[in-house]
Amino acid sequence: MQIYLPIAEVSVNAFLLLGLGGLVGILSGMFGVGGGFLLTPLLFFIGIPPAVAVATEANQIVASSFSGVLAHFKRKTVDLRMGVVLLIGGLVGAALGVQVFNALRAIGQVDLLVRLCYVVFLGIIGALMFVESLGAIRRSKATAGAPPPRRHHRGWIHTLPFKMRFRTSGLYLSVIPPLIVGLCVGVLAAIMGVGGGFIMVPAMIYILGMPTKVVVGTSLFQIIFVTAFSTLLHATTNYTVDMILAVLLLIGGVVGAQVGARIGVKLKAEQLRILLAIMVLAVCGKLAFDLLVQPSELFTLGAASGH
Amino acid sequence: MKQILQILALVLAPLAATAQEETVVAGLSQNEVSITANFNGSEILIFGAVQRFTPLPDGDPLEVIVTIEGPDRPVTVRRMDRRYGIWMNTEAVEVDAAPTFYAVATTNPFRDVISDTEDLRHRISIPRAIRAVGTETDRQRDFTDAVIRIRTNEDLYQVLEGSVTLRNETLFNTSFRMPANLVEGDYTARIFLTRGREVVSSYETDITVRKVGLERMIYTLAHERPLVYGLLSLAIAIAAGWLASAVFRYIRMGG
Repeated sequence: MQIYLPIAEVSVNAFLLLGLGGLVGILSGMFGVGGGFLLTPLLFFIGIPPAVAVATEANQIVASSFSGVLAHFKRKTVDLRMGVVLLIGGLVGAALGVQVFNALRAIGQVDLLVRLCYVVFLGIIGALMFVESLGAIRRSKATAGAPPPRRHHRGWIHTLPFKMRFRTSGLYLSVIPPLIVGLCVGVLAAIMGVGGGFIMVPAMIYILGMPTKVVVGTSLFQIIFVTAFSTLLHATTNYTVDMILAVLLLIGGVVGAQVGARIGVKLKAEQLRILLAIMVLAVCGKLAFDLLVQPSELFTLGAASGH
Repeated sequence: MKQILQILALVLAPLAATAQEETVVAGLSQNEVSITANFNGSEILIFGAVQRFTPLPDGDPLEVIVTIEGPDRPVTVRRMDRRYGIWMNTEAVEVDAAPTFYAVATTNPFRDVISDTEDLRHRISIPRAIRAVGTETDRQRDFTDAVIRIRTNEDLYQVLEGSVTLRNETLFNTSFRMPANLVEGDYTARIFLTRGREVVSSYETDITVRKVGLERMIYTLAHERPLVYGLLSLAIAIAAGWLASAVFRYIRMGG
């Protein structure tokens, strides 16, 4: 069934959009990532104008994250206090990121820089997670029944001032590292047009030392507000949020998120991480490949920038 | 009505005979294309007749050209090159006005029905319909060629040589398939009669392409009340998220 999108001004298959939304929703529920880093390129691929894809997908992430976070609230796996600290950093970062994005657009190289950002960050994070989880799985197999490996070197982080107790995470930690993590993720989220979960989840695990189960719910909590903020920015400045596109994506997305959250509970933390790592590396590989191989069409058309 | 026409014909006949021996009278299957939620392109039929008050002239046969042109928009064309091992945009050219949709249908191969000079004057072929300032340097031409190539692949530019049917040098008809990714605005349909590759008569009419219903409402709200629109989008998103969560909880508790 074809449906015409009023803002994107293209006609696409409604079931294709529902399916894409569902797929990304499952991943969102399982890993606590918004899924934007997958959905944005997929929407480009089916012919949605990039500006509309980025803005609308922010709106869609709000829905699937909200659905996901409710499932996590039920299981008490959201660290609200940590979420708020991350959010403060995130909003400041998003505002900064939009400035950076507009500056890059003025130079005319925004596409390239966004892609490079994707390749670099997805590559680093994917590789780190993959190696780490593989090691963890190997260790648990070698010494079956042995206690899980301890978290190592949390030294310097504990010397910082303004300590706060995060009960749900079981941490007593300075607020500075989470603020900085939130800020960095906010900047990157705005530049790359994603929720930023795929950066935040590893950062929470490896830098802040939060338990994996709490990480997913907490990052979803933060993503809701950051993406809602950027949806409003896009809607009021660029008029690029397509409501019909968003509704179709989010119908698939919210259902998928519920399914994903239930699959996530059944999997072990290491398995969850290694799956996410493989996915991140696959997307990274595809984007890097596109940058290196000569495109079939060397020219691209865009709306004139002058006005 | 018939009488009026006859009188009109009598009055105009001497005038027409001196200025133009053949004129075109045409109609469209529709003058308005409504973009609804399930809009999936549109078929437009254009038909007409050649009106003449003198016997069929000898010599070159009559040919018909029909065009449909969408609203003009400026376009930025970027070209990628390999730098530092990766492909990136290196050059950009602004094309001042390129039609968002352009279809041209003819009775015979394009070069046989119209001369270059006439094409230039009436801007009939696709390259002529695109205006790029500056000049026709080779480099500039690469960029305008790219616009034509990309839009042709998207069915936004169509060259339909030989798709106009002409009977007895009098009645003609053709049809256009307009794709789903149309831009709103006023489209122009033009019909040219040519003999010996020279235009002898032309006719022009408008086709309005408009979003209607829900599409119209959403589009208007998004542009006139962007904050309300943004908040509404968020409200829908949050409601959908909550609803899905509630439904799943219900299913789980029930089952």
